[in-house]
Amino acid sequence: MLAIGYYIGGEAMSILPLASLPVGREATVRYVSPDAPSYRRILDLGLVGGTKVKVIRSSPFGDPRAYLVRGAVVALRREDAQAIMVEVTDE
Amino acid sequence: MDFREEILRSAYETAERIAPSVVEGRATVPLCSWHERLDDIMTSAALGFPIMLVLLAGILWLTIRGANYPSDVLASGFSKLETFLAATLEHARAPGWLGSMLLYGIYRTTAWVVSVMLPPMAIFFPIFTLLENLGYLPRVAFNLDNLFKRVGAHGKQALTMCMGFGCNAAGVVSCRVIDCYRERLMAILTNNFIPCNGRFPLLIILATLFFGETTNVDGPTTNGPIRTAVVNARISPDGASVHSPAVITVAGLIIFGVLVTFFVSWFLARTFLRGVPSGFALEIPPYRLPQIGKILVKSLLDRTLIVLVRAVTIAAPAGAVVWILANTATSEAPGSPSLLSSAAALLEPIGRVLGMDGFILMGFLLGLPANEIVLPITLMGYLSAGTLIKVEGLQTLRLILVKQQGWTWTTALSVMLFSLLHYPCGTTLFTIWKETGSVKWTVLAAVIPLAVACTACFTFNQIVKLFL
Repeated sequence: MLAIGYYIGGEAMSILPLASLPVGREATVRYVSPDAPSYRRILDLGLVGGTKVKVIRSSPFGDPRAYLVRGAVVALRREDAQAIMVEVTDE
Repeated sequence: MDFREEILRSAYETAERIAPSVVEGRATVPLCSWHERLDDIMTSAALGFPIMLVLLAGILWLTIRGANYPSDVLASGFSKLETFLAATLEHARAPGWLGSMLLYGIYRTTAWVVSVMLPPMAIFFPIFTLLENLGYLPRVAFNLDNLFKRVGAHGKQALTMCMGFGCNAAGVVSCRVIDCYRERLMAILTNNFIPCNGRFPLLIILATLFFGETTNVDGPTTNGPIRTAVVNARISPDGASVHSPAVITVAGLIIFGVLVTFFVSWFLARTFLRGVPSGFALEIPPYRLPQIGKILVKSLLDRTLIVLVRAVTIAAPAGAVVWILANTATSEAPGSPSLLSSAAALLEPIGRVLGMDGFILMGFLLGLPANEIVLPITLMGYLSAGTLIKVEGLQTLRLILVKQQGWTWTTALSVMLFSLLHYPCGTTLFTIWKETGSVKWTVLAAVIPLAVACTACFTFNQIVKLFL
């Protein structure tokens, strides 16, 4: 798992690709790499910086996975989810 | 940060600011728990695939079974109309050859295509639209995307393949849902490997004749001239003609067609359609209660009617061509072979190599306009009859094919393989040309399947020779 941990104001934060977020976890989008195969589509779906995203489920083969974004469920392939960096606040 | 993200982010921020003041009710609908639980089942590793297969089998069964009765009604209706038309033509003192061509060439072919094609489409498309309306289809794409990704194709190709079961032309049109041009072409070029409603009758009849038990298979015989082997043999009223070995044969062929789809997609991704696989960002809408009225109107008008009109505009001229070929003698001497027979003699060597014969290949060639007429044209050649003939029940068909023409199970399987793989029908090719706007892709859409079909039939017959 690619995760960079750092501290802001004493709170544990970590930034990792959306693809590495386990099912059931929620995070906030920080940055979408323009290298994402469906870059435009991802932005159009509302996955922009500051958006909350939750991993809902994975398909029978584990890829693609379904995410909850702004009240809608969106399926993304691993390559796309890999290009979306999200921030998790440890609770 | 990329400027495009910056633009969209500010757009979303503005929207979020405005929304609460102008939208009443909740801005975002929370996920309902029953949707969640249903999705847990529909997309689970254990049940996702079995559910898909059961639903597919169920739709096929309903379509095959349910189409039988309306097919019969239409066929007998058309035969009554034919009697009336014959009387009218006689009354109008039309020249004999013109009357025959109009009636036995154009009219019968068109009537055959309508009575065989319309009922399955009128059943299949509404059921399919129902699943679409319920919101199930995006789940299929979600489940299968991984397999398509491995061959370099798009997950939504699963949806276009499903449409192909109803009609390949409709399947090709449905490829519009795939945003990426490269992957859309891939889906268009491989849609042919899913047997459409026009090819199911042939697969079912041959599977029943050669791989199933054939006792009690004769449907009720009526005497309408266009009551034909296909209509008669589709399924007997009690469904008894579909025995499990026949069902397994047809199901096996469908699965083989799906495997070929994956293989050809993989091949295309490495040859004609090289490129970076696009992403897959598919919205999965919540399940909805279907609107039955809308479904019926939408599927009947948008899909069934359009496909039917296209099929008929192609079947009618084809009927005239077939009639002329079967009724024009090669020389003036009495008893000389018709053009159809002599063309078949030319094709004989190629047919033999592929495990078939010249008449069958003529059937496939002349059946280009619509796959429904392949078997009747072949029979027309066998019996040297001038028109699409009437074969009453499977026993007559068995007599002609096995006793007179020496078909074996390998002949039957070769014909079924060829039918499954060969080339898209004229309507579908026309649609591919319309959709791609390119002659090159239209030609490839015919040549690639033809190469696959020939290879498959040739290899199959070589293997059989090796072991038998």
